[in-house]
Amino acid sequence: MNAYAENVFGEYDTRVRGIMISASELDVRHGPILYLEDVSVSFDGFKALNDLSLYIDAGELRCLIGPNGAGKTTLMDVITGKTRPDTGSVFFGQTIDLLKMDEPSIAQAGICRKFQKPSVFDALTVFENLELALKTDRRTWSTLFHRLNGEQRDRIEQIIETIGLGTCHQLRAGALSHGQKQWLEIGMLLMQEPKVMLVDEPIAGMTHQEIERTAELLLSLQGHHSIVVVEHDMEFVRSIASKVTVLHEGSVLTEGTMDEVQNDPRVIQVYLGG
Amino acid sequence: MKLIGLGDDKLAMTVLFVLAAVTFIIPICNLMLPADSALHFSAYTVSLLGKYLTFALLGLSLDLVWGYCGILALGHGAFFALGGYAMGMYLMRQIGTRGVYGDPLLPDFMVFLNWKELPWYWLGFDQFWFAMLMVVLVPGVLAFVFGWLAFRSRVTGVYLSIITQALTYALLLAFFRNEMGFGGNNGLTDFKELLGFNIQSEAVRAILLMLSGMALISAYLICRWIVSTKLGRVITAIRDQESRVRFLGYRVEMFKLWIFVFAAMLAGIAGALYVPQVGIINPSEFSPLNSLEIVIWVAMGGRGTLYGAIIGAVLVNYSKTVLTGLMPEIWLFSLGAVFVGVTILLPDGIVGLLKRRLQELQS
Repeated sequence: MNAYAENVFGEYDTRVRGIMISASELDVRHGPILYLEDVSVSFDGFKALNDLSLYIDAGELRCLIGPNGAGKTTLMDVITGKTRPDTGSVFFGQTIDLLKMDEPSIAQAGICRKFQKPSVFDALTVFENLELALKTDRRTWSTLFHRLNGEQRDRIEQIIETIGLGTCHQLRAGALSHGQKQWLEIGMLLMQEPKVMLVDEPIAGMTHQEIERTAELLLSLQGHHSIVVVEHDMEFVRSIASKVTVLHEGSVLTEGTMDEVQNDPRVIQVYLGG
Repeated sequence: MKLIGLGDDKLAMTVLFVLAAVTFIIPICNLMLPADSALHFSAYTVSLLGKYLTFALLGLSLDLVWGYCGILALGHGAFFALGGYAMGMYLMRQIGTRGVYGDPLLPDFMVFLNWKELPWYWLGFDQFWFAMLMVVLVPGVLAFVFGWLAFRSRVTGVYLSIITQALTYALLLAFFRNEMGFGGNNGLTDFKELLGFNIQSEAVRAILLMLSGMALISAYLICRWIVSTKLGRVITAIRDQESRVRFLGYRVEMFKLWIFVFAAMLAGIAGALYVPQVGIINPSEFSPLNSLEIVIWVAMGGRGTLYGAIIGAVLVNYSKTVLTGLMPEIWLFSLGAVFVGVTILLPDGIVGLLKRRLQELQS
């Protein structure tokens, strides 16, 4: 039994290490950091994604829009390993095949996600939520003996300031308002120092002022991270996006600047049902 | 103390204080004072208290996996029983030629079954250190293999609870069989000596009580430390939003496995301390009902607090002792009624009630 267990563990470790090595070999020399090609996903006959192809450039801020059921969230599920596509390929850089990795390895490789419904840990404090997200060794024993050093503590403090929760350090995340939870989750995203950030509906439940600050924050991150934002609010999309991709019925309808896509007759038809 | 924030927690400090008193004062009184002194406790009381403390240790270990990591294990009694069997095997081999059949090597039940030699898995159990190693290793390895298969396949919730129940039931059936070589239906009993000391003697009983208390206190402090580390916060996060933790890059199954194996080892230690104090271990310890009772102790005391499990285990078992003495037929009904009552009226258990009272007093 013991030998069996060790064997399983051994293989498992090399697998994880293999991913860590390939993650450091992220190859973006050709421009794009994410390659999705001919991806199809169907649920009980319903085609959530239909031969979708999409390329996200390194350092770019891309907005995804589209009517309900266009496949925006499914697309994020495929990239982060939550959903396996029926066909197609998903690559991170030129060399890393995301379809061969599970959720934790994809997250460790540097693709991190904010969920549509704010997903913070209610029982933990704001500080502890960020501490869990902090980029460190994720293995059990190192987590058990992990102590924050001064630098890491400063980094958490700095992010708390950035997300405007400076007065709520020791507050349980469950006690935060909806907008604050959104910010906390964005903060958790930043703690992970991701290469790609997938941000699903970041401004739902936010006040005008908070929305403006979110836009500023996302614009300031552009260039350092590749960011994909899914959002319904067109004003907000207009304020941040240089390039917009419109999804419809599981595939890309059109791509371009906000003005281009807004004047595209197909987009108008899809949105207005014309 | 400061490391694990004990100083601020009045209830936890009170529980620890009472535990320390039971652990040290009673055994010392019994060892130092003459038998007719008013402060000399009867052998019955001492064994009973010792038994409660081992149950409290068992409850504590379940609270770690259920209260903190959200794994509702309904087969936790299996690890307790395995630890108990490992201890029982050591005690059996200490009997030597004093058994009914006087066989120097084989325990009585093997002679009775007409076995000629000791099965291989009984080898080594004449050594105390080996038996103690098995006390933690056997439950640990079982928990590892079971957890590895279950957690990696992402079996959670009710389904996991059901298969843990099936695990302990399967072990119950297996240990009932005489051919397994663990004494079948009767289990292991008739122990004589522990490390050369008469197991029936008052002194050994007092020392066993002290050891049980010390094991419980140390386990409590270690568990408290674990939940105060980052690992503790990761398992709490897993309890509340398992999939979110995965997207942060943590291998949820490894964290569950770690805590599950650790808790199984604690349960094994509890079982090993239990057996010499009650003088018997038999397959009924694997009964699914026993495992359900542990859940009730923890729920009653207040899950996710650690000391709540200790309070719950002692109180429920004390009422069990009293009620089964007075009216044995109503015990299970009253246990059921208490469980329903606690679930409806005290969702945070006794500890939740005490905490609220304490806050009211302060304000």
